[in-house]
Amino acid sequence: MIEINHLVKNYGSKFAVDDVSFKVGEGEIVGFLGPNGAGKSTTMNILTGYLSSTSGEAKVGGIDILENPYEAKKLIGFLPEQPPLYIDMTVQEYLNFVYDIKACKLNREKHLEEIRKVTKIDDVKNRLIRNLSKGYRQRVGIAQALVGNPPVIIFDEPTVGLDPKQIIEIRNLIRSLGKNHTVVLSTHILSEVQSVCDRIIIINEGKIIADEKTENITQAVDQNRRYNVKISGPQREVLAVLGAIPGVTSVELTGERELDSYVYRLETERGVDVRKPLFYAMAEKNWPILGLEAVGMNLEEVFVRITERAGN
Amino acid sequence: MLAIYKKEMRTYFTTPLGYVFIAVFLAVSGFVFAFSTFQTQTSDVSGYFQLMIFGYIVIIPLLTMRSFAEERRTRTEQLLMTSPVTIPAMVFAKFLAAFTMFAGTVLLSCVYYLPLFGYGEPNVGRAVGCLIAMLLLGMCFIAVGIFVSTLTESTVTASIGTMTILLVFVVAAIFNNLIDSYVIRSVLSWISVYSRYVNFTYGIFDIAAAVYYVSITAVFLFLAIRVYERRRYA
Repeated sequence: MIEINHLVKNYGSKFAVDDVSFKVGEGEIVGFLGPNGAGKSTTMNILTGYLSSTSGEAKVGGIDILENPYEAKKLIGFLPEQPPLYIDMTVQEYLNFVYDIKACKLNREKHLEEIRKVTKIDDVKNRLIRNLSKGYRQRVGIAQALVGNPPVIIFDEPTVGLDPKQIIEIRNLIRSLGKNHTVVLSTHILSEVQSVCDRIIIINEGKIIADEKTENITQAVDQNRRYNVKISGPQREVLAVLGAIPGVTSVELTGERELDSYVYRLETERGVDVRKPLFYAMAEKNWPILGLEAVGMNLEEVFVRITERAGN
Repeated sequence: MLAIYKKEMRTYFTTPLGYVFIAVFLAVSGFVFAFSTFQTQTSDVSGYFQLMIFGYIVIIPLLTMRSFAEERRTRTEQLLMTSPVTIPAMVFAKFLAAFTMFAGTVLLSCVYYLPLFGYGEPNVGRAVGCLIAMLLLGMCFIAVGIFVSTLTESTVTASIGTMTILLVFVVAAIFNNLIDSYVIRSVLSWISVYSRYVNFTYGIFDIAAAVYYVSITAVFLFLAIRVYERRRYA
């Protein structure tokens, strides 16, 4: 459905996108993951025809976006990084305008109402966008991308500015859209792509550094395990005992404490589960474990891991 | 294209901009009209039109300063440019909306002529000629304003830029009479939109001048389209 071949976009000597190629099949949900300034937005802007590329091609539904922008744009619903809202309009007026500009053929009332229901903005339909909160504006932006039921939907950081409950709702919405749309979304939050996408493309400094199924990336990320464990007991001795557990590569104090208990950060070898030995070791000494949590990796660490793996 | 045109017209009337434009236009033209006809005890309106051209320098940018600058500032242009609308259609829709506002207000200001019939015998032919000239001239000025608006994301810059260009247009004709060099004079007369409408004030429909005004309009709209096409490559 989407095909990008050797896409390059440079501003003088600065390469915003540097030889990026990938394909997205029909009904796939693909996550575009990368830090700020990695080239996610630029790629999406090129794909939607807002920017042109320096070289390379971008096709949507087999139609080249530069050669036949008019037809290609009909297939795309796009939510840019900053939702393109006319703040002097009410939500309903705005969606009506989008409906007109996209030359939509569906039943106007029914279609727009459906979209408002799905994005949960029906209750604010008569309010000026100017007066809406960031979360509502974001959802109006999402609603705008859905008008006309385009087969390809592109979301640039769709959950920015939403509260946790709304984030979950939007993720569910994206998952349900994936059933009969092709969805590409960008984010810099790892857990977001893990929970929504079938496939993850990691991009950094304009280059794709990984393009894999979500499970594979999750596996790569989970191989090194770290835990924060809160233990009630004499600090120095606990440190010594923890360090002696087979599989533990390092122990350090995180600095958090509660009365006589401290939080220790454990790093463990790949493929070794230290949780049971940890429990028995502490039980033997009569030091109760008050808390144990696995610590996820942040995006930078994921990059290091993925690039390391790519190097091997 | 119709969708953008409708949206533009709506914006003029849901924001103060349209009302400010109409009010300022009617106030200025009312004053100038009274000053140039009743005060000087004449029913000839060509003096009124001549003076109004200077008013346009300030009034027209009010209409056009927002058109693209605001879309760019609020990023709504991203919606327009990723929708199935061609850039020429987008530019033309915005131009047409501004022109509708302008022409509508000009026609509204025609009520000023009515009292003249009570005091004298105004020459209707000449008045209509002047009116047509004004519409053509306004069309040119609007195209200039639209073009300047594509160059910036600040409405203030857009309006000042437009005023500057319009001022050069109008003043060129005045300087034209003061300069001896034939070359400079002929260059100035190219861009001197001011001097071309003289025939209209005699009630003659000057085809050459009309073509000139339409061409200038087309050139600036074309430039606006080019700016947008070009920007995708920047």
